[in-house]
Amino acid sequence: MENIEQRIKKIVAEQLGVKEEEVKNESSFVNDLGADSLDTVELVMALEEEFECEIPDEQAEKINTVQEAIDYVNSNAGN
Amino acid sequence: MYSRIAGTGSYLPEKVLTNQDLEKMVETSDDWIRTRTGITQRHIAHSDQAASDLAFHASQNAMKAAGVTSKDIDLIIVATTTPDMVFPSTACILQDKLGVENCPAFDVQAVCSGFVYALATADMFVSSGKCRNALVVGSEIYSKIVDWNDRSTCVLFGDGAGAVVLSQSETPGILSSHLHANGSYKDVLSVPGSIGGGVVQGNPFISMEGGTVFKFAVKVLEDVAQEAVTESQLKTTDIDWLIPHQANIRIIRSTAQKLGIPLEKVVVTVDKHGNTSAASIPLALDLAVRDGRIQKDQLVLLEGVGGGFTWGAVLLRW
Repeated sequence: MENIEQRIKKIVAEQLGVKEEEVKNESSFVNDLGADSLDTVELVMALEEEFECEIPDEQAEKINTVQEAIDYVNSNAGN
Repeated sequence: MYSRIAGTGSYLPEKVLTNQDLEKMVETSDDWIRTRTGITQRHIAHSDQAASDLAFHASQNAMKAAGVTSKDIDLIIVATTTPDMVFPSTACILQDKLGVENCPAFDVQAVCSGFVYALATADMFVSSGKCRNALVVGSEIYSKIVDWNDRSTCVLFGDGAGAVVLSQSETPGILSSHLHANGSYKDVLSVPGSIGGGVVQGNPFISMEGGTVFKFAVKVLEDVAQEAVTESQLKTTDIDWLIPHQANIRIIRSTAQKLGIPLEKVVVTVDKHGNTSAASIPLALDLAVRDGRIQKDQLVLLEGVGGGFTWGAVLLRW
């Protein structure tokens, strides 16, 4: 079983069409990985599906980097 | 008794507004619009055209295709968010233009789900034997309620109309319809203005929280499609043609992917029409019927989502 960090990086790479090795913990979806506003919505939806959780909009707005996504999943879903 | 679509028709205004045209009006770019929405152009009605005028042309085409005349029509339902006037209804104005005598005529307001709501309603009248030939129309002039200074919304919408004649049939036809609404989302997609005291009170233009709409749309378009096929003990992979509301290519792609339906089985018009709200589904249906894609006995799913939120689906055997 892959850990949360690997699963998130895989989803980010798939959703944003970038190579997995380009996805670093500190990568910003918009500034570093070229995401647009709809990409970030789709990314949150993919995370919700993968970790079987619902991320409220006000929380989703705070998830701007790979590390922030990892932190959110660790403290809220974590399965 | 069942209902079956006997003929389809559509109408698009002559004037085409391309992304390049929009680049000259607001700070936007063809690339930005295409990558976020899939839209390259949209049709815009002439300033002296009203929703009933677009509806009139689409209806004439649908009646011709169905082989019926105004004497045969005994129900008119128009789905529109941009009616000619406060009252009478656009359906009554259309009835007069078509020369249809005494029959029930009314508008349905469910924004971008309007055509699905109207078709589901007409199916109740026709399949119960109350009416023989219902004229069901989606007609919109969104260019009237778009703020042409707001680059986040003005690039999204277009004008047009689509119509079907729904007739009695011994065989289905419409297999099932599924309508939903959740008014707690009323503020995320709206034109909140109203008429009062002789003036417009409040904002008369479209206001939208794009991200929330996107997320909700993808979720409910998947849910309602599953609901529709499940009721007929079918699977989404049995669908020959998916005709979703045409708002954004990325909503359409996400929905198709979640349903396991390849894009080749999805009718897409958003690139050429933009989002024509209640008109988008009958416009796409008419296109795919006329170009020969939709063939007899094929399974077709129409589904829409719009302000309210409202959403719904109609599953039918062509």
